[in-house]
This record gives sequence, structure tokens and C-alpha cells, in this order.
Amino acid sequence: MSARWPTIRMIVNGEQRGIQAPPMKRLLDVLRQDLHLTGTKEGCGEGECGSCSVRMNGELVNSCLIPVLQAQGAEIQTVEGLAPKLEPGGTLHPLQEAFLACGGAQCGICTPGMLMAAAQLLETHPRPTLAEIREGLAGNLCRCTGFMRIFESVLAASTQASQPALRQAHHAR
Amino acid sequence: MAIIRDVMPAFDLLQPSSAADAQKLLQEHGSDAWIMAGGLDSFDWLKDRIKKPKVLVDLSGIDELKGIRVTGDGVEIGAMTTLTEVAEHPEIRKNYSVLSQAVSVVASPQIRNQGTLGGNVSQDVRCWYYRGGWPCYRAGGNICYADTPVGRNREHAIFGADRCVAVHPSDSVPALIALDAKFVVQTSKGEKTVDAENYYIGPDLDITRINMLQPGDLLTAIRIPSTWAGATFYFEKVRDRNVWDFPLMNVASAIVLSGGAISRIRLAVNAVSPRPMRLKNVEDAVVGKPADASTGEMAGKLAVQGAVPLQFNAYKIPLMRNLVKRAVCGVAGQQAYGALTGDLDTQEVAWNS
Repeated sequence: MSARWPTIRMIVNGEQRGIQAPPMKRLLDVLRQDLHLTGTKEGCGEGECGSCSVRMNGELVNSCLIPVLQAQGAEIQTVEGLAPKLEPGGTLHPLQEAFLACGGAQCGICTPGMLMAAAQLLETHPRPTLAEIREGLAGNLCRCTGFMRIFESVLAASTQASQPALRQAHHAR
Repeated sequence: MAIIRDVMPAFDLLQPSSAADAQKLLQEHGSDAWIMAGGLDSFDWLKDRIKKPKVLVDLSGIDELKGIRVTGDGVEIGAMTTLTEVAEHPEIRKNYSVLSQAVSVVASPQIRNQGTLGGNVSQDVRCWYYRGGWPCYRAGGNICYADTPVGRNREHAIFGADRCVAVHPSDSVPALIALDAKFVVQTSKGEKTVDAENYYIGPDLDITRINMLQPGDLLTAIRIPSTWAGATFYFEKVRDRNVWDFPLMNVASAIVLSGGAISRIRLAVNAVSPRPMRLKNVEDAVVGKPADASTGEMAGKLAVQGAVPLQFNAYKIPLMRNLVKRAVCGVAGQQAYGALTGDLDTQEVAWNS
């Protein structure tokens, strides 16, 4: 069956991958089903919630609205690609640390998308203002936190000085 | 929320790499073909299995349709240029800022990164009966489900309805009309250039088509002449949620003032009618008048003359009156767009202290 499908080549989290998939299959489903990268979540499936956000060629996109054919040859980063290979004693990405320390994650469905949107934001605005954080995360919905803890997390992660403090706060739990 | 059935109907996927090839394929397949740009509108239709094209022509591999060119007379924007690129382009921000403002409030950052200008101006209406696959007039049936005593029509038309009461949902179009943009369309009879407002077709003319594109036609570029470069602009969008939502209404104007009086103006409103509306009668009425509150009042009252509300959308009449008023006299002061971000800046002071 799969021999019918074209091979889609992408670089996912730094690794070259080739997947045989229907070309109109959603990038989200290819990531979750074919590549078993289940960190990326489906919320609404129509672009309203942003929980499926990934970075494609350095831009934030909703993976539920991208036919995988449009990802041919693209470089994709998912939440799994934020921290280097996680091993016991390994380190999280500063944003992940900050989300843990500041209570930026609750039920967790929006968190991977929030992290990717925040990572995208910090790349273009390393020291964002609150207005820039709100704009950067505008496409992502969270029904638990009321957003303030998430904004605090992003602000904390962007303030280099507070990063060791964050880690301390986290480990003290 | 859309019902996600996930499995799409089967079709042939064609991926041309030049505009000429795309047009050839579109002409070959005629009404069997579906054009996909960024895919945001298309994906919805296909996943819900409501539109079932035999052939899908994907434009994403055509580089010549992407990018913004500053020409001797304004700018030319390829139809496949993303909304983010349009919003951030320095020349557009400098001289045609009404367009940067309009596209930067389309949907969400993610969708602007993927969505194209050509797709935004050519997208289909959002009436939920029609999008839900109900056999309404626009879908080829003989009833409108929205225009009944119990139809949910809060977001529908107050002007230009003819059997269909859906509104045009684009945010970029009123800005493009205000800038007197020209749409470049390749047809079987060669290239056609049409004024932005004439790209659209009302249900009175053809109820199943939202724009002039016939099977085989392709929108390739949008040209903005330098006529209105650096004019005084106004754009405002009203919606239920401050991101992602389609407009309940939006307004755009370009005004050239001379000695406090309006010497030239273009004014457009969208999400009030099946066709984006250029308010030519209001433009004519305010030329030569001072850009002040009384002119604005007059403009607002004139704009809503002849409006016909449905059961649940009468609020659109005062809304339109006020938006037109601000688009005419608000340009003298600070713009609503700035006022919105100003609100955030105030919060920021508290945040940092």
C-alpha cells in the first residue's frame, strides 16, 4: 500500500528523515504517527488553538494545517528538538525550565505549542517586552493558566540572570 | 468547530513549478481543478469532504509567484507571498502601511506565516451553513439557511444580499481597495488587470462564484500603484476574539489632506456584504470637507443608508456608522491600531516595576 505514496524528505530535529505518506496527510499526523514524535498535540485541528505549533524553516506554523507535501525538503523542529537528547541528569531548554519553575504548564496540551511559539519569539526578540510576548504567543490558546504564568515563564527564560535561580527553584521542589 | 473527518477524497495532485505550467494545467482540467495556495481554506473544504475536486493544483512550488518587488510605480506582490512577508516588508510599512496593518491582524502568527496574499483575497465565504455542507443557494441548492427567522446570522450581510447573505471575510481586501490595487489575472485570453473592488462578484451576478476567476484562470500578482503612497491611512478590525477570528467588520481608508480638508479619499468596508464594499458615495460626499467629527458623522450616516439587517445582526449598522466615521475623521488623530498596543504598554509599566 505504502509503495504508492511518494517519499517526503524532511530534516526533523536535525535528523534527515524520509517518510512514505499520502502527500495531503497533515504534517501533524506524519510527525505523530509516522515519526512517533507525539510531543506535538492536536487541539482544534483548524488553526485556532496553536497546540500543534512546530517550526518549519525557522517559522512558526500550525502543523495541522500543513499538507506534508508543503514540508518537502523543509527543516522541522518539534518540542522534542528543544532540549538535546534527554538522558538522566540531562538539561532542559531554558524555556522548559522556566515553564516548570513558574507554573507555565498545567494540563500540558498547549505546552508543546507554547514552547515552540516562545522559542520562535526568543530567537527574534531575545529580551521581549510583555506586548511582544503577547503578540508572539497570540496564536496559542491555554485554558488552564489564564496565560499570566506562561508570560512570566517566557519573561523569566529571556532574563539570563534569572536562569540559575529558576533551576534552583525547580530543584527545590 | 469543524467536524474533522480527516480522510480526504482521492484526487490527482499536480505540482507545477512555473506559472505558465500551472495555467496550462488549470485550463486542461477546467472545473475539475482546485487551486491550492497556502492551503488554509482548501484544507478545511477537503478535510470536511464538502468539496471533492478531481485534480488539485498546488502552487507552493512556483517561486516566480512569491516575493515583493518595488517597481517604478509602487510595489508588485506575488500571489504566493505570505502574509507575514507582506506585513513586514519595509516599503509597504513605509508607504502603504494600511496594508501592513490589515494583514498583521489576519488570524494568528502561525496562519500568517503559511497563508498567502493571493489566498487571502480569493478565499471563500465563512457562512457556517455553506461551510458545513448544507445545500444552500451558494452551494447550488435553492434555499438560504441563514436568512430565516431562526437562522444564525449574527455575522452575515447588511448590504448586497441576493438569496445568499454571507459576507466576504478578508481583512486585506479593504486595504487593497483603499490603495487602488490592481489584481493581475491570467486567463485563456491573456492577462487581465482589474481594480481590487471589481475582482469580486455579488450573488446577484453569479451566486456560486465569489470572484471573477473562471475555471482555468489564475491570480498571479497584486500591484499597488504609488498614487496613494504616504497618504494618511486608517484601518480597524472588529472581531469577537482579538486573535484568529474573522472580522465582524473592518474598515480601511486612504486620505490626502490639504489645509485640513480632504482633497482625495478612498474608503472600503468588508464583512458587511457578499462583496467587499468600496463606499464611493461617501468618498464623493466628503471631498473638500474638513476631516473633523461633523464630516465623520455625516459620512457614517450616509454609509449605512439602505442597510437591511437580518434577525441577529442589526448591531452592524451602528458599528458600520462608527467605523466609517473614524475612518474619515480619525485619521487626523492617532489610529485605533496604535491605541490598542498603547493599552498593552500601560500594562507593561506595571509589569516591569
